[in-house]
Amino acid sequence: MPETLVFAMEVFLNGLMAGVLYALVALGFVLIYKASGIFNYAQGVMALFSAMTLVGIMNGQVPFAHLINATFGTDLHYFGWNVPALLAILLTVVVMIGLAWAVNQIIFRHLVNQEPIILFMATIGLAYFLEGFGDIMWGADIKKLDVGLPQGINEAIDEATFQIFDYGFFIDNLDIVATIIAAALVFALIVFAQYSKQGRAMRAVADDHQAALSVGISLNFIWVMVWSLAGFVALVAGIMWGTKSGVQFSLSLIALKALPVLMLGGFTSIPGAIVGGLIIGVGEKLFEFCFGIGQCFGGFINLGGATELWFAYVLALIFLVFRPQGLFGEKIIERV
Amino acid sequence: MKQKLLTAIAATMMAASPALADLVIVDTSYRTGPYAANGIPFSDGYQDYFTLLNERDGGIGGEAVRVVECETGYNTEKGVECYEATKGEGALVYQPLSTGITYQLIPKATADGIPLHTMGYGRTSAKNGEVFKYVFNYPANYWDGASLAITHLVEQNGGSLDGKKVALVYHNSAYGKEPIRTLEVLAEKHGYELMLLPVDHPGQEQKSQWLQVRQQRPDYVLMWGWGVMNQVAVQEAVNIRFPMENFIGIWWSGSENDVKPAGDGANGYKALTFHNVGSDYPIYADLAKYVVDAGKAAGAGDQVGSVLYNRGMYAAMLAAEAIKTAQEMHGVSDITSQQMRDGMENLEITEAKMAGLGLPNFGPEFKVSCQNHGGNGFGAVKQWDASAGEWSLITEYYQSDQDVITPLVKEDSAAFAAENNIEAGC
Repeated sequence: MPETLVFAMEVFLNGLMAGVLYALVALGFVLIYKASGIFNYAQGVMALFSAMTLVGIMNGQVPFAHLINATFGTDLHYFGWNVPALLAILLTVVVMIGLAWAVNQIIFRHLVNQEPIILFMATIGLAYFLEGFGDIMWGADIKKLDVGLPQGINEAIDEATFQIFDYGFFIDNLDIVATIIAAALVFALIVFAQYSKQGRAMRAVADDHQAALSVGISLNFIWVMVWSLAGFVALVAGIMWGTKSGVQFSLSLIALKALPVLMLGGFTSIPGAIVGGLIIGVGEKLFEFCFGIGQCFGGFINLGGATELWFAYVLALIFLVFRPQGLFGEKIIERV
Repeated sequence: MKQKLLTAIAATMMAASPALADLVIVDTSYRTGPYAANGIPFSDGYQDYFTLLNERDGGIGGEAVRVVECETGYNTEKGVECYEATKGEGALVYQPLSTGITYQLIPKATADGIPLHTMGYGRTSAKNGEVFKYVFNYPANYWDGASLAITHLVEQNGGSLDGKKVALVYHNSAYGKEPIRTLEVLAEKHGYELMLLPVDHPGQEQKSQWLQVRQQRPDYVLMWGWGVMNQVAVQEAVNIRFPMENFIGIWWSGSENDVKPAGDGANGYKALTFHNVGSDYPIYADLAKYVVDAGKAAGAGDQVGSVLYNRGMYAAMLAAEAIKTAQEMHGVSDITSQQMRDGMENLEITEAKMAGLGLPNFGPEFKVSCQNHGGNGFGAVKQWDASAGEWSLITEYYQSDQDVITPLVKEDSAAFAAENNIEAGC
């Protein structure tokens, strides 16, 4: 088999894995948009905030330590204990539920029936607030996140592919774990949305706020629930991305990776986020391999690399030409 | 009543205003945003050094130093706003701490007669003082960095890189592209093949680049990264089992922040530097006594001795020495920005001077002149010891390949002079 084809296969598989990570971020957007019609600009910052909170709890960090020390002249930094990863994750989930409640009580409860652009702008404000609040609460330093997830090359795949192609494929163990978790998450979310009472209520709210209210569904409860779910998904994304790069401000920028996925998969479909993520992941990686660095067709087209960021959007736009609502999005028909 | 109120407000404002006879240093810091983790230690070091001079020595030449901090968030527009908002305070020098901000400030600062010190960043050809009269980039620049890395590899390979492949993983921006030209020229001279791997901002996802490294198997990887790009690159290199001792970052890819997230895997990673590491210097006792323990540290006091804290402190030390030079040259203690420029242009850093400041062997010796605003291009290589959690210098300070760099600086600065109708000369 030609060497280029073997390399392309490795790139393809890694594209799939990268796509899963993009989809994890996109899922949070979909959940909130599906239930409330809000495009949550703060989703990336929620991933950052949740990961910072997780590390802070695990390390026994004193929240707002800098503020307390500067105000009272103390020298507090750590409580002196470490919290096991699983318990810390549970406590972080509680924090994210608290955040969801606060966001609803303070912001969105007062914005019912407002234009989508107003709600969107409110999430921009929320994003900036959370950025600063997270920094004050946990500090701006880069934190190592280790919840016990494996990282590095998967030996079994390396050896197996070496036997076949005389070249061992690189697949990151962390990406494999992310794939399994994402699959489980999507399955659980679909089951929840389709078969649970709260899930059906969430879909009813998504279809029509006023009709849902008229049959006794609590809009407040559903919104808090949806923001909590989005917070949980943000935590999962934050753990995966934070394990790769350390927990730092740039985690909030992973939202950039979710936008083309949403455009392609549709803003209202949970499976769409996954399929969109996979298409974007594979598409951008293969395009970079073939035309970004000119590895295909004898280097006929070589754009010099760094094509992934813009190509993801181009790919999404190409799909939009044929399906404006995205692959799995709901077709909106408005009659005059 | 209204008049009384206005008088009271005016009196309060006057009382709150700082004394006008201070030496004003503007610290364009970034304690927020994506690069805050790097901006905080640099700013802490920069400010703490001036606080030390004020507390211990009563300022510089009897004049107190007043540091005006302005938050840029590493954002070019905000950086320019900071410059415009603070230049009227009588700022002596700006350390923009961003190549983007530097490019915007070069024409403004030149017109305003305020010098810029772009230490190890910014426009490399600003080394030519005949063209860039108000810009200084001593003690080393990016082209020095590229040459220093290649010289290190040449020495490791017995004097030749023939048949070797060197990859450059770089931030796909003006900053990241700076070393390409130099590396291309050096490739012709030393016979290695150069492989370019750009990474888009912010660099959170680099799977494609590191699969390329795995497939094409370069012998060495150089990195021009910043922020999250560094941490991800080091982690990806660990993941593909690239030998860390063959991975060398520029000085902006060589702080504790860049290696700690990768844990033990980052052991052996190398980076260039133009100043020493750690806190085993006499000055740290004074910093502890007069600044940190006295509760006067700029930040939480938890960054002392880190790579970027040291760099900020070193930048402040160079600014303070330039102020002293200017005071001696002009015979006044309360100098102007024009006089500061003269001080910077006549700055000479010797080992005896650094030892006297409590920083023996902390940085290379160099001398600035009208023709040479960039120093002598000396730097060193340091290596990360993950188990000890510290960097250590593994080479002496050595000089970049001036035969290659000098013509490149002349060519680029001449082009800038022609574009901007600048008459070069001293």
